Amino acid sequence: MGQRGIKDQVAIVGMGCTRFGEHFDQSIDDMIIEAAHAAYDSAGIRQDDVDAFWFGTLSSGTSGLTISKPLKIDYKPVTRVENMCASGSEAFRNAAYAVASGAFDVVMAIGAEKLKDNGMSGLVGTPVPDDGTKAAITAPASFSLLAPAYGKKYGVDRDQMKEVMARIAWKNHYNGARNPRAQFQKEVSMEKICNAPLIAGDLGIFDCSGVSDGSAAAILCRAEDAHKYTDNPLYVKALAFTSGPGAGPLDPDYDYTTFTEVARCAEDAYEQAGVTDPRTEIAMAEVHDCFTPTELVLMEDLQFSGRGEGWQDVLSGTFDLDGELPVNPDGGLKSFGHPIGASGLRMLFECWLQLRKEAPADRQILSVDKGKTLGMTHNLGGRPGECVSFASIVGTELG
Amino acid sequence: MTRGILGYGTHVPYYRLQRSAIGAALGSGGGKGSRAVAGYDEDATSMSVEAARLALKSFDAPTPAAVYFSSVTPPYLDKTNANAIHAALNYPSSVFASDMVGSVRSTSGALNAALNDRRPVLITAADVRTGRPGSSDEAQLGDAAAAVLIGSEADAPIIAEWIGSSFATHEFLDRWRSPGWEYSRVWEERFGESVYQSLITEAVTQVLKDTELSAADMDKVIISGLHSRAVRSGAGAAGMSAVPMAEDLTAKIGNVGSAQSLLSLANTLDSASPNETIMLITLADGCDVTIFRTTDAIANYTPAQKVSAQIAQGNDSLDYAKFLTWRGWLDREPPRRPDPAAPAGPPSERNTEWKFAFMGSRDRSTGTIHLPPQRVSVKGGAVDDMEMVPMADVEATVATFTIDRLAFSPSPPTIAVVIDFDGGGRFTSQLADAAADEVEIGMRVRMTFRRMLTADGVHNYFWKATPVRQGPQPN
Repeated sequence: MGQRGIKDQVAIVGMGCTRFGEHFDQSIDDMIIEAAHAAYDSAGIRQDDVDAFWFGTLSSGTSGLTISKPLKIDYKPVTRVENMCASGSEAFRNAAYAVASGAFDVVMAIGAEKLKDNGMSGLVGTPVPDDGTKAAITAPASFSLLAPAYGKKYGVDRDQMKEVMARIAWKNHYNGARNPRAQFQKEVSMEKICNAPLIAGDLGIFDCSGVSDGSAAAILCRAEDAHKYTDNPLYVKALAFTSGPGAGPLDPDYDYTTFTEVARCAEDAYEQAGVTDPRTEIAMAEVHDCFTPTELVLMEDLQFSGRGEGWQDVLSGTFDLDGELPVNPDGGLKSFGHPIGASGLRMLFECWLQLRKEAPADRQILSVDKGKTLGMTHNLGGRPGECVSFASIVGTELG
Repeated sequence: MTRGILGYGTHVPYYRLQRSAIGAALGSGGGKGSRAVAGYDEDATSMSVEAARLALKSFDAPTPAAVYFSSVTPPYLDKTNANAIHAALNYPSSVFASDMVGSVRSTSGALNAALNDRRPVLITAADVRTGRPGSSDEAQLGDAAAAVLIGSEADAPIIAEWIGSSFATHEFLDRWRSPGWEYSRVWEERFGESVYQSLITEAVTQVLKDTELSAADMDKVIISGLHSRAVRSGAGAAGMSAVPMAEDLTAKIGNVGSAQSLLSLANTLDSASPNETIMLITLADGCDVTIFRTTDAIANYTPAQKVSAQIAQGNDSLDYAKFLTWRGWLDREPPRRPDPAAPAGPPSERNTEWKFAFMGSRDRSTGTIHLPPQRVSVKGGAVDDMEMVPMADVEATVATFTIDRLAFSPSPPTIAVVIDFDGGGRFTSQLADAAADEVEIGMRVRMTFRRMLTADGVHNYFWKATPVRQGPQPN
């Protein structure tokens, strides 16, 4: 018994990512083909070189056939995984383990989601028949529960909380404005964010991530083979995942100012990677900013800020593109968009660009030049009190 | 065997529509005062549950042998509405439950059946009264529920003893409604008044003869019925002009149809002293007269909430457009969201105690309360060491909350609250009968039985939190 991790055993040697957005002119097949072939090209391989596939989607298809049919995969193992909003990360995690096990030489992890074909506002669930007693609250409403609880606990008044949330949205829009793949490539003023129509609680429209279509993919191989494919691989330092008892909605001890799953997941990831001071050791982080208060709480759960101090760090620019620890330099879910199954791999795609200094010049983070080599991705699914959480750490150096 | 009233409770919904709001919108009509309005999430069944809960909270109530539900607006046909009430009160399956629905006279039927039984019987009566916009019914009627537990001295102290009853039944065309209509039709009122007057005279004469009483023996007369003109002239026809009439609540809440007779009786009992003789006259396709006499036990009976207190706590800021929307007269554009799903039969059946009676499970080793019930404890992980625990009457405090403007609701926005129960247990609930700007962390709430939604014709009954309100509400 024990969580050993697979530090430095597996490498990412190619990645692809579509633009995210309202792709009314593209099918899920089109996006899968685009992301997969971009990843093949990035690694300098052909589809036939891939020995097995992991595919993450929440609800845009079932089974491996969802990718094997459009890609015309030649009778290879294809695993479809689903772990809510962490489905793309989960595809990556399992693909990495398959390589580490020695079962396959080269594998692909791909995620995709087609959300804009249903004609609905917001995210639409896939309910199972039940007794009609579950709280029928939407995703923005459930995450907005964090804001008054956080404000009350740490003495941040409602106007200040609104400013903190807006500051997060402002940052992610600023970053997304420098990302040609992002759904929303426009800066938005604090004033406009604060005065936007309310969706849930104090969350306005700009506090919510974009509902979008998209796909992203990664090619993985054993670390010792990485240089066959690229001069600049990313090595997997840590892969952590937690799914808990869902205690929050049951247990009055849960106070809606943290994601217990994320805190535990982060501890695990840092231990695997040997990271002891995340705020100074990590060059950048892509985190699950599905709604702005989520990103605020994540700064504390991921140990980037002390408890109750995240809001001040947000306001002082710690997590800005040119800040001490850039968070969501690609615009995050907020501005890049959130095609569920693709998002986890999209986060890794930003690490792929930034750590290898391939991001556009106006978005390239400076921390890499200061010798920082580690990037973190964090992806969660569910809601406060009952979620699944994924965290990865990748780096450009072995050891 | 001496029979009588063991206890009673009522439910006057929180919202009021000022009648002037109707005139303001339609250009005419409306009138003075206000009418009680069932919330968009209330119906005759859910209001009956609330009335019965108050009744059962008022004294050490025995488990009844039967539950009778009376309504002109039953939420279901072909399916017994009383079963949801039975389930919400967590009665054993050996307790009979049946509907007496369709006409206002059903309430007299339920009362008569209960009085003539030998066992304790719970009767509930409730209506959600609708009328076409601008009609007299729309303005003058109201929504409410009343519940009365009838029994013998062996069951619990009788607070009002049954002295006698009489009936005058007659077929004539006064008020009618075809199945499926959302409103009633009435004949020209002077005709009905003349018929009712002779029926009143006949029934009252008979009951006085049977009980060997006279008008002079009566301390209070209650005349209930949807024919307001006949009700007004009823005392004269009964020869009771000299007897004090019960308080007329219609100016404040409207005439509440099937619940009117029992609600007026409850209001009268709220302030009755021992040894008062009360005549209850109900006009509904005939005249039904019942005489009760209060006992010494009524001095020790404390209603969990008096009718006057429920009336005083109403909120009369409801606007007419919202009222029309709630009752389905305004077909509003829904949000661009999937239609809500109906609760499924098998999971509802597996979770009846939870869904209908709001029973949680308590881990015997740690005392941790789980809502909904769990098999494995969230604290300590003990497996299958749980006991069911009733939570419907436990108050709670809001831990955090949100206003959900995206969720489907017949009356957006939805208010969602995370609530922590006194003594343990947490639940994420909708907040009923509240405005978005009044919810806050620390707010005290209690649970109320509601119709969450209707999908595929299935009414999803479950529980919501609602603010614990003290005293009259500001207008």
